[in-house]
Amino acid sequence: MEIFKIFGRNKKSKNVAKERLKLVLVQDRNKVSPILLENMKADIIEAISKYAEVDFEAVELEVNRTKKDMESAPITQVVANIPIKKIKKNIEE
Amino acid sequence: MGEAIVITSGKGGVGKTTTTANIGTGIAMAGKSIAIVDADLGLRNLDVVMGLENRIVYDIVDVVEGNCKLKQGLIRDKRFDNLYLLPAAQTKDKTAVSPEQMKKLIEDLKEMYDYVIIDCPAGIEQGFQNAISGADRAIVVTTPEVSAVRDADRIIGLLEANELNNPKLIVNRIKQDMVNRGDMMNIEDMIEILAIDLIGVVPDDESIVVSTNRGEPAVLEENSTAGKAYRNIVKRIMGEDIPLLDLNQEEGLFDKIRKFFKR
Repeated sequence: MEIFKIFGRNKKSKNVAKERLKLVLVQDRNKVSPILLENMKADIIEAISKYAEVDFEAVELEVNRTKKDMESAPITQVVANIPIKKIKKNIEE
Repeated sequence: MGEAIVITSGKGGVGKTTTTANIGTGIAMAGKSIAIVDADLGLRNLDVVMGLENRIVYDIVDVVEGNCKLKQGLIRDKRFDNLYLLPAAQTKDKTAVSPEQMKKLIEDLKEMYDYVIIDCPAGIEQGFQNAISGADRAIVVTTPEVSAVRDADRIIGLLEANELNNPKLIVNRIKQDMVNRGDMMNIEDMIEILAIDLIGVVPDDESIVVSTNRGEPAVLEENSTAGKAYRNIVKRIMGEDIPLLDLNQEEGLFDKIRKFFKR
């Protein structure tokens, strides 16, 4: 069984479940469609691209709802992971 | 004036009836007066889990239609004289009672008992609407599985839309060894996703099957881990702050026996 771990079947199934649930619940709750997410992603990449060269393939975007810890109130948030290759020059300093 | 709590879930089969029976019995064990109501019209089950199926004369529809008085419909528990059951009808369906009728019934029961626990049917149609009418607060039961959590989320939204705010969560049928292996979501995951407060965690426990076979809720059984979890939930409902069981330490009698034979 160890060999499968080396070759990448690394993700625990409960984490797969968690990610799928978060995605499906955002759609259920906010009627956030995949199309809306794609459009939001494209607009965000375009905005960031003014300042930095974006690694398009690696961009991750999700809308999720979570409680930071047991005490705080739940919040909905857009979380974007935008790897960049370099910052562009000739930006006003 | 008593307090009415509805036990709901959305998804079927996650443990609402078991939870109602055990919380109900547990509250009676603690000395308070309590009525448990089976709101699953047409699919009567709470009576069987309580072991009271042979004592039914009248049911909730009889009471609501005026065929009998409320006191005649209520069945006293075998073990506790401060615990009463109002059974569901077996031959009608969920439209036999209206939310307004249900609300009046629950209010009458609140005058008579310290606690009223309502066993909600699965689903989101009239059965659900009936069961939440007249409830002061709600407890949502789920298991750590994708479909159950999705349905629980929908139910939480509907509860809040019906002004039953701050529902509390019970996570049922946790299998601690699966959690440890990463094959089952843990409590933190559930709270993160559903974003409501937790009131208890019940482990998957064979003693639940045995207790239903006998019609004797597990909460009565000293050795049952699930029973212990339910006893703790009852204390929290009544206002005490009890820490969650460490399920890695807790081992039911059946687990001990099984592990012994595996060696």
